[in-house]
Amino acid sequence: MDIVVCVKRVPLTEEVDLMIDAQKKGIKKDQLAFVLNDWDNYAIEEAVLIKEKHGGTVTAVTVGNEDDEEVLRRCLAMGADRAIRVEAGDMSRFDSYGIAKILSRVVKDQPYDLVFTGVLANDDYHSMVGMMMAEELGVNHVNMVIGIEVEDGRLRTTSELEGGLGEVSLIELPALLAIQTGINEPRYVSILGIRKAAKKELKVMDLSELGLSDEELAPRVLIEEVYLPPETEGAQILSGDPDTIAATVVDILTKKGVMG
Amino acid sequence: MSEIFVIVEHRLNEIRDITFEMLWKACELAQTHSHTVTAILLGHEANSLAQQISDRADKILLSDDERFKNFNAGAYKEVIAGLIKESNPILTLIGNTAWGMELAPCLAVSMGYPLATDCTDIAFQDGKLVAERQMYDGKIFSRVSFTDSPGYILSVRSGVFAKDPLGDRKAEIVKRDSPPEQAPSKKEFVEYVETAAGEVDIGQAELLVSVGRGIGEEENIAMVRELAEALGGIVSCSRPIVDKNWLPKYLQVGTSGKSVSPKVYLAVGISGAFQHMAGISGAGTVIAINKDPKAPIFRGADYGIVDDLFKIVPVLKQKAQEVRKK
Repeated sequence: MDIVVCVKRVPLTEEVDLMIDAQKKGIKKDQLAFVLNDWDNYAIEEAVLIKEKHGGTVTAVTVGNEDDEEVLRRCLAMGADRAIRVEAGDMSRFDSYGIAKILSRVVKDQPYDLVFTGVLANDDYHSMVGMMMAEELGVNHVNMVIGIEVEDGRLRTTSELEGGLGEVSLIELPALLAIQTGINEPRYVSILGIRKAAKKELKVMDLSELGLSDEELAPRVLIEEVYLPPETEGAQILSGDPDTIAATVVDILTKKGVMG
Repeated sequence: MSEIFVIVEHRLNEIRDITFEMLWKACELAQTHSHTVTAILLGHEANSLAQQISDRADKILLSDDERFKNFNAGAYKEVIAGLIKESNPILTLIGNTAWGMELAPCLAVSMGYPLATDCTDIAFQDGKLVAERQMYDGKIFSRVSFTDSPGYILSVRSGVFAKDPLGDRKAEIVKRDSPPEQAPSKKEFVEYVETAAGEVDIGQAELLVSVGRGIGEEENIAMVRELAEALGGIVSCSRPIVDKNWLPKYLQVGTSGKSVSPKVYLAVGISGAFQHMAGISGAGTVIAINKDPKAPIFRGADYGIVDDLFKIVPVLKQKAQEVRKK
């Protein structure tokens, strides 16, 4: 089973004070740490697990600059066999559809039975590249995948629906699956592991090799402005030392009648 | 004047709330801009479903076919693309749900229309469509516009618009034969399964002590368990804790877990992604402990403690033990 996994490097934004850039089109990223998108981490793990059980290859693909190779090296250390980075220059000129087209063009020329993406990336929260690729490639697709079993050349997948419900489907290959977090337990990657994986192939392609015109890649969705959430009433903040705060909380709980 | 399409989402013979919410927004836009609202209902023996929304649209296009008994993004896309080509609606609304997230991008590519997902508001400003959405886990908001197109597709976040009917509409129900299947479906529905069944029902708890990613390490969960015990509450958690396998799925609060309605919800180290907030909309009082003052949870909480949970939790546990001894 040959699997291509599309991954993205995203900034870590939890517990970080985000600032808007001067053009108000994005956030200031120069002070932020970057990681492999959480969903993609599960996707690459799932691909490697399938490879370990059923054989085949795993290829990790990203669109981005040289810094983005960091996440490809991580994928290689996790067990991917090879990686491809598409050098596309200034990424802010593409919308998600542009990225989906670039990735589809790369994937199309690879041998594949399966394509994995994460369900979403926790930077732009678009959650559309995967399914757009499925449509571009003309392959079957399943979203929100939390379980995969290989059965006689088909897949039995479980998708996460709302309210604790799962949907089981049978699907023929080739197919694109958008992987949801929690499907597995991604393995730990050590610095040594990443160093060892440096021997594996990391191919850099230039966007111009893909034969996509500027017109085809022109964005259809334009960011007018990004802004910080308006200050709302929000929570009443309890301040003081831990003792004072704890006393206030116990007091609230007692008044609400939930403390035996 | 044009039409606004709303794709009806239903499951197990029930219209899902997101459908009512999209119809509310569509009616509001239609009122202001003299559009009409058309609900697209694909189902099997779906007359009763159509009746439930007949006061919320001007027209219901009903395609009744056994293959629509269960959702199938490929089949939906095929049929809806046909209807869009026929009526040229300016806007098509789809729920940003597990199913809608699969359908919307496929439909957008197939039609060549722009798509914005997970929209929290939609407006026509000077005749141009604009949508509001969120990025970075709700820490950044954005406003997007689109290049000119005969039509646009937006997916809508659950729970942001009202569920009530808006205005006075009486839908004409128009039955449409579904076009013959182009190729046999290569995706087959098998069954629904419960993924969150377990021995504790957090939906019944009066006091939930809920733990999130801020707890850092698996061994720290014990600290939250002890706090819950001291307070006489039940432990629940947010998604990342279940993803890491630190607590079972049946304790997960949120869209993909359980909706809860305790008298008090004490959130410990939970950032408050909207999927989580949707699960606690029924909670009486929400108290949140988080060291990030910008964490979205503080926008939805009644009381906030901006501090290190590792400082607060042990003291709170001790205080609770003292009070309960008395």
